[in-house]
Amino acid sequence: MNRTQIIETINNFLIEDIEVAPEALKENAFLKEDLGIDSLDFVDIVVVVEQNFGFKIKPEEMAKVKTLLQFYDYIEGKLKANN
Amino acid sequence: MGIYSCIGTNLEEVRESLFTGKSGIGIDPKRTEYGYRSPLTGIVPQPDLREALNRRQRICLPEEGEYAYMATEEALKDAGIGMDYLEKHETGILYGNDSSSKAVIESHETCLEKKDTTLMGSRAIFQSMNSTVTMNLSTIYKLRGINFTISAACASGSHSIGLGAMFIRLGLQDMIVCGGAQETNYLSMASFDGLSAFSIRIDEPQKASRPFDKGRDGLVPSGGAATVILEEYEHAVKRGARIYAEVVGYGFSSNGVHISQPSNEGSALAMTRALQDANLKPSDIDYINAHATSTVLGDSYEAMAIDEVFGMHRTPVSSTKGMTGHECWMAGSSEVVYTLIMMQNSFMAPNINLEEPDDFSKKMNIIAKTTDKKLGICLSNSFGFGGTNSALILKKL
Repeated sequence: MNRTQIIETINNFLIEDIEVAPEALKENAFLKEDLGIDSLDFVDIVVVVEQNFGFKIKPEEMAKVKTLLQFYDYIEGKLKANN
Repeated sequence: MGIYSCIGTNLEEVRESLFTGKSGIGIDPKRTEYGYRSPLTGIVPQPDLREALNRRQRICLPEEGEYAYMATEEALKDAGIGMDYLEKHETGILYGNDSSSKAVIESHETCLEKKDTTLMGSRAIFQSMNSTVTMNLSTIYKLRGINFTISAACASGSHSIGLGAMFIRLGLQDMIVCGGAQETNYLSMASFDGLSAFSIRIDEPQKASRPFDKGRDGLVPSGGAATVILEEYEHAVKRGARIYAEVVGYGFSSNGVHISQPSNEGSALAMTRALQDANLKPSDIDYINAHATSTVLGDSYEAMAIDEVFGMHRTPVSSTKGMTGHECWMAGSSEVVYTLIMMQNSFMAPNINLEEPDDFSKKMNIIAKTTDKKLGICLSNSFGFGGTNSALILKKL
């Protein structure tokens, strides 16, 4: 899965499963403040990441992820490391 | 008031069904596949809440919570209450519910497969607790008053209204959302089916629930939700609210005998206490909405109890469960709503499928066909496993 596909997959589940407004999905958007993702939503993001990418997010790693761009980078990095 | 049930998903549809004696019973093929003895159940449509609620509100609601939301929406609108009012005035919630099986079982299955509790997702805990209805509705409607769930088996919905009336009488609350909810998914009733308590009249689903009839072979499980808005009288008058009736009597008792078998003594005590609480005589009651679920033991013990308390007055009795099936945790509140609809429209709904009363039923004045009658004071019975009994008396205003 290349970066474009990863971004498309993440954006899709943020829109479909977490119901984030599509127009809010900008790389510099903060997950909590701009996209309105709260601590309960993060649990559901763990579930959809596992379903879409086949690995489980580590909470301590995710604590450092603040923006959407950092989230794309984190997922891409984990996929590369797993391969 | 508001109602979401197998005989209609709003007050008008339910009024029509009650008047015409329409059954809401059908077949759920998943039950046969799962291993049920009987696939009969009340058929309740799933509401689509995508437009009404945001994601967090929606995903934390289990099936019975969705029904409770629909019934409460209708009840609040009927009572002229909007979000503006609820944000400015302290309102409570006391709601009956005694299971949320689907959420519990599906979360367990996820964990068995994934070996990771996080992968149950954020909704699992909020959907799976018995208090799911009150925790969800109190959040959705921003309620700030009394807030808890009543789990009292098939008397849950009735006790919620009785307790609501007590809180208001004590001057502790001006307004409380009361009611009962019941899930209908195939996971929720399997263990009850395991007791062989359900009718297997599969060829004639709409004739399967036959309260007080000699030919009955068990109850038919059902569900949905019913809500009544209880309000202190002067408060309601001042607000210019539509007032259907006053809860004038609440009687309760516990049989203290057997976990599943009813008791005529316990049932009669609840009815007698409700009359005492209302300062009324048995002859004052115009109509009794019986608990009768279409089981031999339950119907017989209730018939004995009604005969003991009301026998000489030939008080009209019907069980609406012939149409609805047994709405379990919801039944005590839905049957109050059904009774209020009858009071409002001056008729007694029929005890459908009564073809030949048994020896106990013969002694009662059972209303087998829809009958026009002005109803001033009515009594509604609810009894549950563990011997919990509740009787409510409603007086038309």
